[in-house]
Amino acid sequence: MALTDPINSAARRVPAWSLYILGAAWAGWVFYLGATGGLGVEPIEALEHEYGAMALKLLVVGLAITPLRRFAGINLMKFRRAVGVSAFFLVLAHLLVWAVLDVQSLDRIWADIVKRPYVTVGMAGFLLLLPLALTSNNRAVRRLGPKWRQLHKLTYPAAILAAIHFIWLAKGFQIEPVVWLVVICGLLASRLRLGRASNARVAPSKG
Amino acid sequence: MAHRWINDLTHDDVTPKALWLNRRQLIAGLTATGAAGLGGPVAAQGSLEPNTWEEITTYNNFYEFGTGKGDPVQNAPAMDTSGWQVTVDGLVDNPGTYDLMDLIGDLETEERIYRFRCVEAWSMVIPWNGFELADLLAKVGVQDGARYVAFETAVIPEVMPGVRRRVLDFPYVEGLRLDEAMHPLTIMATGIYGEPIPNQNGAPMRLVVPWKYGFKSIKSIVRISLVADQPPTSWNKANAREYGFYSNVNPNVDHPRWSQATERRIGGGIFSQRQDTLMFNGYDEVAGLYDGMDLTEFY
Ligand code: HEM
Repeated sequence: MALTDPINSAARRVPAWSLYILGAAWAGWVFYLGATGGLGVEPIEALEHEYGAMALKLLVVGLAITPLRRFAGINLMKFRRAVGVSAFFLVLAHLLVWAVLDVQSLDRIWADIVKRPYVTVGMAGFLLLLPLALTSNNRAVRRLGPKWRQLHKLTYPAAILAAIHFIWLAKGFQIEPVVWLVVICGLLASRLRLGRASNARVAPSKG
Repeated sequence: MAHRWINDLTHDDVTPKALWLNRRQLIAGLTATGAAGLGGPVAAQGSLEPNTWEEITTYNNFYEFGTGKGDPVQNAPAMDTSGWQVTVDGLVDNPGTYDLMDLIGDLETEERIYRFRCVEAWSMVIPWNGFELADLLAKVGVQDGARYVAFETAVIPEVMPGVRRRVLDFPYVEGLRLDEAMHPLTIMATGIYGEPIPNQNGAPMRLVVPWKYGFKSIKSIVRISLVADQPPTSWNKANAREYGFYSNVNPNVDHPRWSQATERRIGGGIFSQRQDTLMFNGYDEVAGLYDGMDLTEFY
C-alpha cells in the first residue's frame, strides 16, 4: 500500500511521549486564551467545551487505532497508551473547569452529579476511565497480565457514556453529538467482527 | 404612555460612545472622573453596570443562525432588514401587514436598562432602546375576547443555517398572556446603547420581557397575533418538561437538566463568581400577575 508505508515509517520516528507534551501544551494554550479574552466573552463555558470536545476526539482516536491497523495496515499502536492517557487528562481538566470555575461550590457539585443526568453520565464515564489511567504504566501492565486487556475494555462503555453525555446536554435537535455516537458504535462494532475475522485472516506481516 | 416605569439600573446618559464600547475603559474612566466629583451616582451601582457592546453583541442565542453562541454574530449580518414588514392579525381592530415604520414610527422610545437572564443560567445587563408593547397594542386596537399575544420570528432559510438544519420547528413562536404583554415593563426593543439593534440581537424589532427567561423575548418579529387561547411556544413544543409557557425567572424551580438558583454574569472573565438568581429576575412588581398560581406547576 502506497500510503501506509510512509505513514508507518513516520510514526516509527516520532516518540510516543511527544503526544503528552503536545497535549499539555495545547491545554495550557487554550487556558491562556481563555484567561486573556481569546475565547470570547464567556471563557468558562468555552474552556469547558474545548476540553470536553478534545477529550471526546482523543477517546475516539484511541478506539480507532486497532481497527486502523487491522483494516488499513496503519500501525499507530505505540501511540495508543499516550492517546488514552491524554484523553483522560483532558477529561480531568474538563471536570476541574466544571467543578472549580463553573459550579464553584461543593454542595452544588454534588447536587448536579446526582440530579443532572448528563452530568451523572459524564461522571460515570470519568470513573470508568480512572482505573485505566492508574494502570497505564509498564509495571501495572506486567503485574496485571491478561487481566490488563480485560480491564482496558472499560474504554468501550466509557466512550459510549461520553457520547450519551454530549447528546443529553445538547438543546434542540443537533446532529454532531449523534454523529459521535454513531462513529463510536461503528468502531466498537468493527471489533466484534474483528474477533471472528481475525482467526481466518492472517494479519499483514509487513515489517 | 412611555415612562411609566423608572429604571432602577441607570448609567451615565452622556457616557461617550468611545467609553461604552469597552466597560473596563468605562470603569477606568469613571474612576478618573470620580475624583472630579462626576462619577458618584454611577459608582454606586457597583456590579449593575451594563455589559459592553461587545459582550451583548457577540454572545447570543439565535438558533436560526446556528446553535453556537458565536454563530449569530457570524451569520446574522447577512439578513436584510430593510423593507421589513410585520403582520398584525387576530382579534384586533386594525389588522394588516404593515411596513415596520408605519407600525411603530410614531411610538415614543426610551432607554430601559434591564437585567437579562438566560435559561442557561447566564445573565447580562442591557441598555435597550424601545417602546412599551402596550403602546403598540393600543394602536392596533385589542378586541374583547383577546387573552393572549402570539409572536413569530422571520424565517429566511437562505441566510439562516439553523433553519436549514431544523434545529427547532421553525418559525420560532412565542406568546404572552395579555396582562403580561400590557405590563409597563414589557417592551419592544429597536436599539441597544442608542444604536440600531444588531441583527444577532433581533433586528429590527424584538420583544423584551425582563422577568422571564431570555428565550421568551422573541427576536426579529414578523407577526403579532391577538388570540383567545394560549398559543404554542417553540421551546415548549420541543420539550414541554423543560420549558413551560410562563418561564418566569425563578431560582426555586430548577430546569430538569441544571439548577436555576444561581447565574453567571457575562463579562467577569475566567474566574467570574456566580451570583444568586432573583425571583422574577428582581422585578418584584410583576408578582401580582401570578397571584394564586402555583409557579412550580406553571413554570
Ligand atoms: C468521559 C468523559 C467526558 C467526555 C468525553 C466529555 C465530553 C464533553 C463534550 C464533547 C461536551 C460538549 C462540548 C461542546 O459542546 O463543544 C461536554 C460538555 C460538558 N460536560 Fe463533559 N465530558 C466528560 C465528562 C464530564 C464530567 C465528568 C462532567 C462533570 C461532572 C462533565 C460536564 C460537562 C458540562 C457541564 C458540559 C457543558 C454543558 C453545557 O453546555 O451547558 N463532563 N462534555
